[in-house]
Amino acid sequence: MFEEIAHFMLILALYGSLAQGYFSLIGAHKNSEGMMRAGRYTATTVFALTFFSFMILILAFVESNFSLLLVSSHSHTLKPLLYKISGVWANHEGSMLLWTLILTMYGALIVLFGKNLPLLLKSRAIGIQGILAVGFFTFILFTSNPFQRINPVPVEGLGLNPLLQDPGLAIHPPILYLGYVGFSVVFSFSVAALIEGKVDALWAKWLRPWVMASWSFLTLGITLGSIWAYYELGWGGWWMWDPVENVSFMPWLAGTALLHSIMTLGTRHKLADWTVLLGICTFSLCLVGTFVVRSGVLVSVHSFATDPTRGIFILMLLIIVSGSALSLYAFRSKNIRKHLKFEPYSREGGLILNNLLLVISCITVFIGTFYPLFIDAIYGDKISVGKPYFDLTFTPIMLLLILCMGTAPLLKWNKNSGGQIISLFKKIAIPMLVIISLTGLIGKSFWGALGLSIAAYLAITTLIAIKVRTKNFKSWKSLQPKTYSFAVAHLGVAIFTAGVVFMSVWSEDNINRLKVGEKLNVADYSFTLSSINTGKRKNYEYLNATIDVTKKKAFIKALSTEQRFYPTRNIVTTEAGFHFTMGPTIFTAISEGNSQDGWIIRANYHPFVTWIWIGALLMSLAGFVSLFDKSYYRKQEIL
Amino acid sequence: MRKWCLIPFMAVALSFNAISSVPQNDIDIRSKAIGKSLRCVVCQNQSIEDSDAPLAADMRQLVKKRISEGDTNDEVINYMRNQYGDFVLLKPPFQGNTLTLWLLPFILIAVSGAWFFKTKK
Amino acid sequence: MIRSLIPLITLFIISLLFAIGLTKDPSSIPSELINQKFPSFNLSELYDEESIVTEKDLLNKVSLVNVFGSWCAACITEHPYLMEISKNENINLIGMNWRDDRAKAIDWLKYYGDPYEKIIFDDESTLAIQLGVTGAPESFIIDYQGQIKYKHVGVINNKIWEKDILPVINGLNKI
Repeated sequence: MFEEIAHFMLILALYGSLAQGYFSLIGAHKNSEGMMRAGRYTATTVFALTFFSFMILILAFVESNFSLLLVSSHSHTLKPLLYKISGVWANHEGSMLLWTLILTMYGALIVLFGKNLPLLLKSRAIGIQGILAVGFFTFILFTSNPFQRINPVPVEGLGLNPLLQDPGLAIHPPILYLGYVGFSVVFSFSVAALIEGKVDALWAKWLRPWVMASWSFLTLGITLGSIWAYYELGWGGWWMWDPVENVSFMPWLAGTALLHSIMTLGTRHKLADWTVLLGICTFSLCLVGTFVVRSGVLVSVHSFATDPTRGIFILMLLIIVSGSALSLYAFRSKNIRKHLKFEPYSREGGLILNNLLLVISCITVFIGTFYPLFIDAIYGDKISVGKPYFDLTFTPIMLLLILCMGTAPLLKWNKNSGGQIISLFKKIAIPMLVIISLTGLIGKSFWGALGLSIAAYLAITTLIAIKVRTKNFKSWKSLQPKTYSFAVAHLGVAIFTAGVVFMSVWSEDNINRLKVGEKLNVADYSFTLSSINTGKRKNYEYLNATIDVTKKKAFIKALSTEQRFYPTRNIVTTEAGFHFTMGPTIFTAISEGNSQDGWIIRANYHPFVTWIWIGALLMSLAGFVSLFDKSYYRKQEIL
Repeated sequence: MRKWCLIPFMAVALSFNAISSVPQNDIDIRSKAIGKSLRCVVCQNQSIEDSDAPLAADMRQLVKKRISEGDTNDEVINYMRNQYGDFVLLKPPFQGNTLTLWLLPFILIAVSGAWFFKTKK
Repeated sequence: MIRSLIPLITLFIISLLFAIGLTKDPSSIPSELINQKFPSFNLSELYDEESIVTEKDLLNKVSLVNVFGSWCAACITEHPYLMEISKNENINLIGMNWRDDRAKAIDWLKYYGDPYEKIIFDDESTLAIQLGVTGAPESFIIDYQGQIKYKHVGVINNKIWEKDILPVINGLNKI
């Protein structure tokens, strides 16, 4: 009964968002206050309807109501409560409803927080948000209804993919979507600005916290995904350049460019048409991501069970949504284009370079991800594009970007400060030379030395920038949250880079068949297979290995690794055994074997891999900190 | 002035390369390097070195066997390519249908760099 | 004006390619070996470790080499149809038992029936890699001269047999 009500509420929400679009856009066009008010009320109502319907779906999962097809195929009575709830978005239908819920939530938040905004701009943005929601409600109701019944009602559910039963993955999708879908606000305001033919500092100032919040959630979401993949899949990779990872990374790159360009726009009134274009493209990339994950056009470990009609639908949505926004851009952007004047060796120059490099790196990831598809479509050839490609193309661009990142904050706005770059280089040449020589000689790697010294360069220059802004670390009081945020984010990138360099240059792994008592050596560590157990737990059979790890004869830890077989789903999973530290992380994983030939054991030594996530978490934290910057919300500047 | 600063960096950097070159006859290191560049064809976006799939294990064995029988790295990779096509290469070969893939990033960097530094603003 | 149209044009080109991509199956890999000689091999027969099967066993008739394993769930679906083929059709049906345990495979065939003339036992993927096999079941059609003429990935059923495979076999038998 409740489920039918929830389904009906979704239908109401579809009509509601149609009304939201109509009232807000036409109301703004006719400058009718009444219609615009109606548009705002419907935006809030649509959110409320979606929220209640989502709650009913959660309730159905918590109660294990197997009369719903979705619950019976993705849940189980014996599952812990947390995973019953996260089961709601661990499948296509439920996660689509979550996506749409967040979309309508952002619509309602514009109503809530947009009190100071010019009425017309706000109404247009709410209207566009409504039109986006129409697309997604239609998609849910026609191709992916989460409230579909099943008859006869099964006694027990099929359970959730054991790989997905993990606290990290339970919160990964909501956080990722908060980021992904947050860029819809930027999209709506960009299109609204194009309709009005006006982009000003107020527009940028108001949008900045939304970009910050979305970006921070997206950063956090991607990081959680990386951590999950690292320890749950046990392949020893923190980033695989897998299509689904890449499609979440592209909006991040575009969003990072947007974040920086909107900063110049807020303070310097430049780059208006470029910022609007970036806003449209960032959200379009989010739609591309949704298309890839739901349609199965690319093979990936993360894809949901796929269905071509869904792919066609989202592709149509992408063409309509981004196509109309970009058409508007084509015809209206000349109204907001200003002649771009800048000094290359100034802070603005640095920001423009940052945008160029980020966009080029985004294009590189795009082409690397989709090239196999394009080649198949054009020539019918099958090729693969993997990590080696990205190492050779994406990495050098990133190194340039990090150099630019370190230098630009030390330069002056709008003034040629090339001289400062030279005096900076003179000052830090000797410490850099020491770092490069030491790392090179100890680590015996040119690339390692280069990478670490670039990370060190970024850390040093960021500290110098802070030193300048605090007048030799004395006056901290005058610092605003956005300056802290800059420092934390850029230091986060430095830590992240150092971690990545350590992992790609000095990580080691080894794999071999071991019998009990035999050992495997990796770096300075020795992994001894001390015992093997097999047995049965609740819903799986296991093969457990205890592996003693010693470093130069000193005992470190006994790691336990397991291979689990879930007969109901016919799935084998590997539970790797980890020893995480701030320095080296070691882990081991078992795969098939028998007592005669031994078992295949994989042993990994990953120096400073934890720094990668610490750096990324710092970036995301920095974004949240900047939300406390009062200058974003100061009224007199807005009016 | 700035260019001059780079010389000691380069010198130090180049000298590490000399130290760090590994003995190329080491079968394990070579087969690992080859394994990293071959796609596990039954998995999704994993190299045979990273994969636990049985076929990947057999392919690793075969790589090792071919190397110990005296094949060069390229010969081993070409052997796999003959059976599975370009699909098996994680690093796409530089050829007609991959020109855009390999050149686009560098062309974009060159063009935007020229625009950034050269044009009088 | 033209400059501001670039993003829109790019979007349409990309969408067009996505649309074509939707019609293709990303996981199917075309065989590199069509019209090439079946690779030479030297492997034991499943039932008899001493007896050797080589590529010569595929000569002078049209053969269908079917990759299977007792671990392979889809093979169970396919098997009854292979049994039917072996009864009704004039074809040299060769099994290739891939990555399997000898005893398990023999039990499996005892239970589901054995449609094969001969079974190549390939437990270490020696032949599988040479054939570019990516999964089971997979089937190859080989002509009189021992050339690979066709590869089918996945289960063979009546529809696929009538539509894709039989025409190839009939074509080869005519020559």
